[in-house]
Amino acid sequence: MSANLENMVKVFERPQSLTDARFTYCPGCHHGIITRIIGNVMDELGIVERTVGIAPVGCSVFSYLWYKADSQQVPHGRACAVATGIKRARPELIVFSYQGDGDFASIGTAESIHAANRGENITVIFVNNQIYGMTGGEMAPTTLVDQKTTTTPEGRDPRVAGYPIRFSEMIATLDAPAYVTRQALFDTKHIMETTKAVKKAFQYQVEGKGYSLVEILSTCPTNWRMSPVQSNTHVAETVTKVFPLGDLVDRG
Amino acid sequence: MGERLLLRGNEVIAEAAIRAGCQCYFAYPITPQAELLEHMALNMPRLGRTFIQAESEIAAISMVYGAAGAGVRTMTSSSSPGISLKQEGISYLAGASLPCVIVNIVRGGPGLGNIAPSQCDYFQATKGGGHGDYHLIVLGPSTVPEAGELTMLAFELADQYRIPVMILADGLLGQMMEPVELPDPIDPASLPAKDWATTGAKGRAPNIILSFEMDPDDLKQMNLDLQSKYRTITENEIRYEEYETEDADIVIAAHGTIGRICKSVVRMARAEGIKVGLFRPITLWPYPYEPLKRLSQQVHTVLTVEMSAGQMWEDVRLAVAERAATPFFGETGGIVPTPRSILNEVKKHVR
Ligand SMILES: Cc1ncc(C[n+]2csc(CCOP(=O)(O)OP(=O)(O)O)c2C)c(N)n1
Ligand code: SF4
Ligand SMILES: [Mg+2]
Repeated sequence: MSANLENMVKVFERPQSLTDARFTYCPGCHHGIITRIIGNVMDELGIVERTVGIAPVGCSVFSYLWYKADSQQVPHGRACAVATGIKRARPELIVFSYQGDGDFASIGTAESIHAANRGENITVIFVNNQIYGMTGGEMAPTTLVDQKTTTTPEGRDPRVAGYPIRFSEMIATLDAPAYVTRQALFDTKHIMETTKAVKKAFQYQVEGKGYSLVEILSTCPTNWRMSPVQSNTHVAETVTKVFPLGDLVDRG
Repeated sequence: MGERLLLRGNEVIAEAAIRAGCQCYFAYPITPQAELLEHMALNMPRLGRTFIQAESEIAAISMVYGAAGAGVRTMTSSSSPGISLKQEGISYLAGASLPCVIVNIVRGGPGLGNIAPSQCDYFQATKGGGHGDYHLIVLGPSTVPEAGELTMLAFELADQYRIPVMILADGLLGQMMEPVELPDPIDPASLPAKDWATTGAKGRAPNIILSFEMDPDDLKQMNLDLQSKYRTITENEIRYEEYETEDADIVIAAHGTIGRICKSVVRMARAEGIKVGLFRPITLWPYPYEPLKRLSQQVHTVLTVEMSAGQMWEDVRLAVAERAATPFFGETGGIVPTPRSILNEVKKHVR
C-alpha cells in the first residue's frame, strides 16, 4: 500500500518544469493532468532548458504560462507548421505542440498530416475532448454520433455532419511517423500509461527518431454538462469504443 | 564586392537572401516566382540550410513564424493568390514582432487572375492585408540589381526593427535578366544574437513569442508599442528616387517596373522639349509623402502611372492634395503600358 501511496503522491506533485502560475482550466478538466504529465516528463528527461512548447488556440492557449520552457503561441491549427520551422531552424531544441481536436484535426488538418508525413522530429500532444471547449462547446471533428453540442443541438447527425474522425489512424497509415498512440486518463492506471507514452514520444525526439503523436482522450465536463466523475465514466465506457486505446505505430 | 552575375530577378532575390544569411526558406510553388523557389531548392541544402516545399502557403508562412521566433533569418516567397493565403501568418508575425522577409512577385488579379505582371496587390501590401492595426515595411525594386540590394536591406531592416518586410515586385522583374554584382555572403554565425528568441530557456527566464493579450489594456500597450515602432521607421527609413525633377513641370509618380519604364518616358519627353521628371517611391510603406508633397509645390501635374486600376494613386493624392493636378494612367489584366502610350498620356497634360 505504501508503495502505491508514494506513486500517487508523485503524480500530483508540481513538476519542477512547471511555473507557479495557476491553470486556467475548469475543475475536473483533463487539460490540467496532461500539462502536469508533460512537466513530469520534462523533469525526468532533463530537457526543459532546451524545449520549446507550442501553445495553440483553444482552452490551452495560455499554456505558454505554465512551462519553464520557451514557448510560441501560434495561429489556430498551424502548430505543426510552426513546430517544423522551429525544429528546422534549431534542430538541437526539443519541440512539442499541444493541440485540441479542433486545432489539430479540423482547421490544422493539412499542417498536421504533412508534418507527420515529412517525419518532422517533433512531438505532438493531441487532446481529443470531442468538442470545441474554448468557444463554448461546438461540434468538433471528433464529436461522437448523436452527441449534443451547441452546433448539433439534436445530436451529431452523420448524414449532415459526417462521423467522428480517427485522425491518429490516418496518421498511422503514413510511412514516416516513429510513434503514434492513443491514450486516456480516466483512472490512475491510464494516467500512468499516458505518462509512459508521453515520455516515449519525447524520448524518441531526443534520440532523433522522428515524429511522434500522442492522442489523449480527454474530458470537458463544462461543455459536456457532466460532473468530472461522470465524464471519466463516459470516456471509459463510450468514447473508447469509438476511439480505441493503444499504440498504432512504434518504429522505435 | 562579389562577382558579376547575369541573373533573372527571381534568382537575384533568392541569391541575395542566401548572401544575407537566410537560413530557412519555406514556400509553395506558384507562377511567376518558380525560379526563386528552384534557386533555393538547389542552393540552400548545399549550404546545409533549410529548404522546405510546404504543403500550402499557410503552412509556409507558419514555418517562417516558427523559424523567425527561433531567431534565424528566414524568408518565404509567392505570388498574389499565395500571398492572400499568407495573410493570417503575416498578421501574427506583425503582432508578435517577428523579423522575416516575404516576397510577392505580383501577377494579375483578382481571383486566379493570370500569370502576367501586375501591381494590383499594392493595397494588400501597404494598407495591411491581414487583420489588425499593423504595417509591414514594403520595398518596391524597379531593376534586377535593385531587387538584390533591397532583398539584402530587407533582412537588415527586419532584424533592426523586428518587423516583417515585404519585397513587392512583379512578374516582369522576376523574369528579366540583368547583370548584377552581389555583395559577399554574410556568415549567419556573425549576426548579432537575438536575446528574445526561443533558443532554449537555459539560465534565463522563458522567452515567449506571442501576439496575444487578453487584457484590453495590455493589448492596447502592444498596439502603442507597434505604432511607436512604425513612427520610428517612418522617420528613418523612407527611400525614394527623383529623376530629372529639378526643372520639371510635370512629374510622373510610378513604382517598381513601371518606375523604370517611366524613366525612359522622361528621356523621350525631354528629347521633345517637355520638362518631365520621375518620382519613384522605393519604400511603399512607409510612403514618401513629404518628399512628394515638396515636389508637388513646384509642378502643375503629378501623373500616377501603375499596372493597376489606381492603388498607389491614393497615396499620391494624399501627398499632393490640391497643390497640383493628379491624373492617373494605368493598365490592368497584366498588360504593361508601353513607353509610347505613357508619353502620349504625358502630352495630354502639357500646359
Ligand atoms: C482562424 C480562427 N478560427 C476560429 C477561431 C475560434 N476558435 C478558438 S478556439 C476554437 C476551437 C478550439 O477547440 P479545440 O481545438 O478542440 O480545443 P479545446 O478548447 O477543446 O481544448 C475556435 C474555433 C480562432 N481563434 N481562429
Ligand atoms: S471548457 Fe472544457 S476543455 Fe476547456 S477548460 Fe473547461 S472543461 Fe476543459
Ligand atoms: Mg477540443
